Amino acid sequence: MNRARQFGTLIGLVALCFVLWILTPYFLTVSNLLNVAEQTSINAIVAVGMTFVILSAGIDLSVGSIVALSGVILGMALRDGQPLVLALTVALAVGVVSGAVNGLLISHGDLPPFIVTLGTMSIARGAALLVTEGRPVSGFAASFRVLATGRVGFVPAPVIITAAVYLLAHLVLTRTTFGRYVYAIGGNEEATRLSGVAVRFHKAMIYAVSGLMSAVAAVILTARLNSAQPIAGMMYELDAIAATVIGGTSLMGGEGTLGGTLVGALIMGVLRNGLNLLGVSSFLQQIVIGGVIVVAVLLDTVLKRKHRA
Amino acid sequence: MSARPPALEMRGIRKAFPGVVALDGVDLTLHAGEVHMLLGENGAGKSTLMKILSGAYRKDAGEILLDGVRVEISGPRDALARGIRVIYQELTLVPQLSAAENIFLGALPTSGVGRRLGLLDRRTLHGQTTRLLADLGIAIDPRTRVGRLGLAQRQMIEIAKALATADADAPAARVLVMDEPTSALTTREVEQLFSLIERLSARGVAIVYITHRMDEVFRIGRRVTVLRDGRVIATRALETVTVAELVRMMANRDVTDHFPKVRAARGPELLRVDRLSSSGVLHDISFTLHGGEVLGVAGLLGAGRTELARAIAGADRFDAGQLHVAGAAVRFRTPADAIARGIGLLPEDRKAEGLVAGLTVARNVALPHARRLARWGVLSSRRETELARPIVSDLRIKATATQPVRLLSGGNQQKVVLGKWLAGSVRVFIFDEPTRGVDVGAKVEIYNLMNRLTADGAGIIMISSELPELLGMSDRILVMHRGRIHTVLDRDDATEERVVGAALGLESTVRLKPDTTTEGGPLSNGAAG
Repeated sequence: MNRARQFGTLIGLVALCFVLWILTPYFLTVSNLLNVAEQTSINAIVAVGMTFVILSAGIDLSVGSIVALSGVILGMALRDGQPLVLALTVALAVGVVSGAVNGLLISHGDLPPFIVTLGTMSIARGAALLVTEGRPVSGFAASFRVLATGRVGFVPAPVIITAAVYLLAHLVLTRTTFGRYVYAIGGNEEATRLSGVAVRFHKAMIYAVSGLMSAVAAVILTARLNSAQPIAGMMYELDAIAATVIGGTSLMGGEGTLGGTLVGALIMGVLRNGLNLLGVSSFLQQIVIGGVIVVAVLLDTVLKRKHRA
Repeated sequence: MSARPPALEMRGIRKAFPGVVALDGVDLTLHAGEVHMLLGENGAGKSTLMKILSGAYRKDAGEILLDGVRVEISGPRDALARGIRVIYQELTLVPQLSAAENIFLGALPTSGVGRRLGLLDRRTLHGQTTRLLADLGIAIDPRTRVGRLGLAQRQMIEIAKALATADADAPAARVLVMDEPTSALTTREVEQLFSLIERLSARGVAIVYITHRMDEVFRIGRRVTVLRDGRVIATRALETVTVAELVRMMANRDVTDHFPKVRAARGPELLRVDRLSSSGVLHDISFTLHGGEVLGVAGLLGAGRTELARAIAGADRFDAGQLHVAGAAVRFRTPADAIARGIGLLPEDRKAEGLVAGLTVARNVALPHARRLARWGVLSSRRETELARPIVSDLRIKATATQPVRLLSGGNQQKVVLGKWLAGSVRVFIFDEPTRGVDVGAKVEIYNLMNRLTADGAGIIMISSELPELLGMSDRILVMHRGRIHTVLDRDDATEERVVGAALGLESTVRLKPDTTTEGGPLSNGAAG
């Protein structure tokens, strides 16, 4: 059933591309497609973390703020002339620690994920604004910008990074004990605990993964913009949730795949790109994207209901 | 009178799911006022048949007649409108609402000025409910919040809800389906339920009653239909059939001995529980479990049996007391700690606590062992399947290792939960209601498994509400009453009366253990009353 569902999303993506190709021939050019992939990469990476979280029947609203916080810390380290490797390590560590704080409050504090991450969403945003005094950070060495502007052959670096992240995360989710526990916790937390699984530890880890993904996205974003903004990453949480849900992951947890999430993120990216090419106003775009989210979930629900009866 | 058509007739009902034919030409005829028992092992097709009747599933072929008129049931609402009511095993009440609100949830009365505003007319609501409950002989205050009611009382509310005509236009219930309604009830509550069923049947309601308990079949049934593998084996009047015949029809094999108990050699002490207490739930519990022993735990609902099991298995904390495993004092902070010491819990509610429904059989079985099976955190599906496959065949789980457990029948699901602990190094098995909702054939298989485990030197704590099972399989029976150990009976001294008496908190006539606490005098208002 899951496979059929994922296939359906993929068909949706292909159909969307086909329609856009007819409407505007420019859509199906290599340069435009690479452009879409590059633009999608940030949401796609944040959505990896979101998929882990939602699979475990949780939610993470703080991802956008963690993108901002990791980004400005990275920017400040680079501006102050720290070595690239150190700056990157610190930025990723900020993401992991922020996520782990979410996770520890949720697992050991027994608090609802929605409330905890709503709180840290505000805290991380505030922290980003505080350390930068609300101003963008810029002035980086060219070696750093390679992460956004570099190419391997004709493929942009962010696309390579995204592909690597998906491959690795997919392997973690399908081939490791941690991945299995993510599904098991989302499917039935109490049964998993009674099976002797360290549920609390793994829940904390899941949010740490989400924080890490936000930090990776922050690195690409900062390199692309050549500046770190404390107000970056606004609404990223909603885009990531949308990509995950369009991709067929159940908000009740336990069901879904990263492949689906990638397709979901691409559908959103292609749609935005196509609407831009067609000159559709950004106001109308929001309405269209919102409609797609609702329709995707509606289709999913209807299909599942049919399967059951 | 004889010309009157049956209240319900199902003819040649067929239903297939991907890979399995659940129903293959099933006929079922129900007369008005009849209590019709529906028997069959788990997976025989009872639930599917009833889901077709209630509109939850569409049939692939066959026809349904109500009072001789052919009907197509298009969905659950349609079934309700035709007077078909089903009471499922899983109750469907909202605990935060009152009994009255639950019963009339679909049609809460509004009145006067309030009608337009949707203001609730509490007076009418409570009046209606009081009349309905009095009519059914149910003594529950309509204003009580359902969350505060016991399981049996909730069941009564569920029945009242099914019988309450949702609105003035809907017909009264003509066909009522009850799926194992007594599985959580005490003896007295069962009696209440039976007298309710008699009153309904006297009014002409046709009742389909699904159960695994033979005594109930003969007690309240008029006719019985036995299903096996999606076909009707027989429909018989109950005067013309014996228990042995029915069991044979269900299982297609003679289950001559329900309790194939094999006594194993008593081994060393595996577990010692010393003065375990948990405020308000468990008081001063002490006992030991030896290798080769089945320690039965009896008691009424709420006596603290499940709480005791969970405390020992590290699932819940306790306030005072000490556990010793193989002579060494231990402290369990999580179930993982207990498992590491060789204690495995088969929880009471397999759906909520035992299984991850979306995962496959192999992955459920392997869940407690995933860390052991993995190398550097990397799992191999092959090794999981290799671990699970012998267990699947050993326990005769009717499924492949790669099927999601969601698709399995109740008995097979229970075996999967059991299978989780067979692959590891568990020495103390805590089985909480291991055969609840499990058919006769699978029960015997579970008993045989228990024999094998004890023969290998493991110890088993078996909590059960079924007296014959406790008496049949236990070496000793520990009877709990209100969170305390009331009596410990040896296998040879244990009788039904003694266990029941102790569970009710009665002073036993023969004091077997002078040191055990007996609280309350004779007929102190024990939980079952």
